[in-house]
Amino acid sequence: MSPDKKILRLNNIWLTMLLFSLGVLTMPWWLEPIGAAYPDLLQKFAIFGIFAIGYNILFGLTGYLSFGHATFLGVGSYTAVWSFKLLSMNVLPAIVLSMLFAGFFAFLIGYVSLRRSGIYFSILTLAFAQMSYNLAYSVLTPITNGETGLQLSKQDPRIFDRLFFEAGEGLPSTTLFGLDMNGYQGFYFCAVLLIIAFFISLKIFNSPFGLSLRAIKSNQTRMSYTGYHTRPYLMAAFIISGMYAGLAGGLLAVTDPLAGAERMQWTASGEVVLMTILGGVGTLLGPLLGVGIIKYLENIFSSVNSQTLHEFFAFLPDSIVTLVVNFTGLFVGEGWHLTLGLLFMIIVIFLPGGLMQGFEKIKNRFTDKA
Amino acid sequence: MSDNKTTNLMRRRVLKAGVASAMAVGAPIIFSRNAWAEDFRNNPANSKNVVLGFNVPQTGAYADEGADELRAFKLAVKHLNGEGDGGMMNTMKPHKLKGNGILGKKVTYVTGDTQTKSDAARSSAKRMIEKEGVIMFSGGSSSGVAIAVQGLAQEMGIVFMAGLTHSNDTTGKDKRRYGFRHFFNAKMSGSALGPVLKKEMGTDRSAYHLTADYTWGWTQEESIKETTEGLGWKTVKAVKTPVGAGDFSQYITPILNSGADTLILNHYGKDMINSLTQAVQFGLRDKQVNGKTFEIIVPLYSRLMAQGAGENLKGILGTTNWNWALKDTGSQAFVKSFGQEYGFPPSQAAHTCYVQTLLYANACEMAGTFYPPEVIKQLEGFKFDGMGNGATEYRAEDHQCFKDVLVVRGNQNPTSQFDLLEIVQQVPRAQVEYDAKIFGGELGPYKV
Repeated sequence: MSPDKKILRLNNIWLTMLLFSLGVLTMPWWLEPIGAAYPDLLQKFAIFGIFAIGYNILFGLTGYLSFGHATFLGVGSYTAVWSFKLLSMNVLPAIVLSMLFAGFFAFLIGYVSLRRSGIYFSILTLAFAQMSYNLAYSVLTPITNGETGLQLSKQDPRIFDRLFFEAGEGLPSTTLFGLDMNGYQGFYFCAVLLIIAFFISLKIFNSPFGLSLRAIKSNQTRMSYTGYHTRPYLMAAFIISGMYAGLAGGLLAVTDPLAGAERMQWTASGEVVLMTILGGVGTLLGPLLGVGIIKYLENIFSSVNSQTLHEFFAFLPDSIVTLVVNFTGLFVGEGWHLTLGLLFMIIVIFLPGGLMQGFEKIKNRFTDKA
Repeated sequence: MSDNKTTNLMRRRVLKAGVASAMAVGAPIIFSRNAWAEDFRNNPANSKNVVLGFNVPQTGAYADEGADELRAFKLAVKHLNGEGDGGMMNTMKPHKLKGNGILGKKVTYVTGDTQTKSDAARSSAKRMIEKEGVIMFSGGSSSGVAIAVQGLAQEMGIVFMAGLTHSNDTTGKDKRRYGFRHFFNAKMSGSALGPVLKKEMGTDRSAYHLTADYTWGWTQEESIKETTEGLGWKTVKAVKTPVGAGDFSQYITPILNSGADTLILNHYGKDMINSLTQAVQFGLRDKQVNGKTFEIIVPLYSRLMAQGAGENLKGILGTTNWNWALKDTGSQAFVKSFGQEYGFPPSQAAHTCYVQTLLYANACEMAGTFYPPEVIKQLEGFKFDGMGNGATEYRAEDHQCFKDVLVVRGNQNPTSQFDLLEIVQQVPRAQVEYDAKIFGGELGPYKV
């Protein structure tokens, strides 16, 4: 590669990062018109963004379809809440520990699961995830508080906090050195971490390590014949993506200090697969788009009720309003899963490469004409 | 040379990005300062409307209850706004409701699906609070969820009027200043059931518990055990089952050979329908153990479950908070307006949600403000009547309502598809009262 070319690529990375950061940090403004600009949903966008980016490092690059990534999300959450309970309400130890513990779990599960590939790998991860879920749900109740979920309590030791100040009245909230981590501050904290996570993922995609991972996806056997020992590469990718999930789980606890076992359920693992496929597997931005769509449907579509529909269709003549409301009612409220299902089918059938493939097609059409 | 230029360029870009992000971070803090200038969160002072949030399970094991709760909420909103026949607003006393909304503001509402999951429920509640600006939210049908969102209510400073939640913890160790419960609890179920069980089944029985594995199941098992062991019964075994298990046969088979002669089902909603149906299918009720007929007890009953379980429920004992067959004027008024609206009688879940909404609205009227600490002070220790359970009091120490409890039995000869529960005894309030201190917990501060 000539020096000039390298400079161009570097600049490209910085430009991408600049645009990406701007896009993420201005979300409270450009999401306002579609009713998605409130702290809780913005936080979810950022957090699940991190989760999906991490998942994409494994699934997008190596093609290994893990059905158990929610385990690491759950481990991250539980670790973070325990850190709030035992150590301090400061979020830094919580997220560092979340990542470490999730990484450790990823090592254990990966060590066994990565001995197989393809469908066998998927089933193994699914089995581990279900096992962890059941452990969290009933067997490990003293650690996880079962279905009720792990919550903060006034009686928690919080040894580091107690060294510096007295416990206040009521439950403490999570802080970053005095800055409360709820509402918009919480979102910006997650957003900054999302930008860092995206940057790291960008670097991995463009590194020789990323290239090796892609080689595994295209033909693992050939790669082994050329003398590469593939498992350490897979292991590294698995642990990295596990740590991303742990970070996301930790952040869920940071913005809302509660951890429940349902975070580890197989549906949660399936969700991140859906997000990635919806947006575009192996693309940098695709998973984030998928996150946006699914979280938007889940939070906004599910809250639409017949009252809102009646207001929305008020311009129609009375005779058909009820008909229209009844029909559209199937797709909103508790029927939001139906909308998601339809959308997923349409995308998988017409755009197997996800939404990013759609954008590519549109872009090609325009450049062809020009 | 060229390398130097690049680094310069890069440095400039980084600086630019830094400034831009600093601005982006700063701006919303300036915007939200306006919000803090208000005296409390979601103050409806400058709006014509006041928004209430109804957060109920629309999917999952408790979806039937959730749907009925939502119907009741909508009816309560209608009545508060002066539409319809006014329902219990005509029978409640004392009250200051005027039928023109709350404090002259029209009541509107938003809904959400808790999915019977703590995470989803909190996320949905946060949407209501942060985006839709609700001043109070209600709902329930799972104590796990109720406790999770009650904690959120305290953090956010928004009052939570719990719907159907029966765990002792809701107003026990997990009680909160911003959470209120009209529904009764497991402890009260146990106290009410005790004498009836003694009379009908004697003092020499061996009980086997199947318990839903979360806060409600745990506390109900504990309270019922306390009662039955007080009667002299033995507890053979208590097995925890996951919520929404669907198939309970693996838990029921071991009962057959356990030597137990009584099965206590600490299940609710679809779980109870499934476990009871399977227990009957396995022939438990036809068995003779220790020279006694095998009996099943369902400590927490509801008409919706009775509808689901059908024939299998006949003759089975349990307790409920309220039943539509009650003859007092309050219950009758509510059943009438609910029936006119939807064509069938309300469930106990609907009743408690309707009452909670009216109680909150009335507390605002009495306080003359929406400011939560003042509203809370009005609710604490509030005594009222004419809402279906006789004279009722919101105990100030733990925000638990105290009122009569019904012991019911699955009706042997139902006259209609809704006439499924026969009232065995209306247990007076004095018999189910307990000391607020026994469960521990702290309410926390008024002002957050």
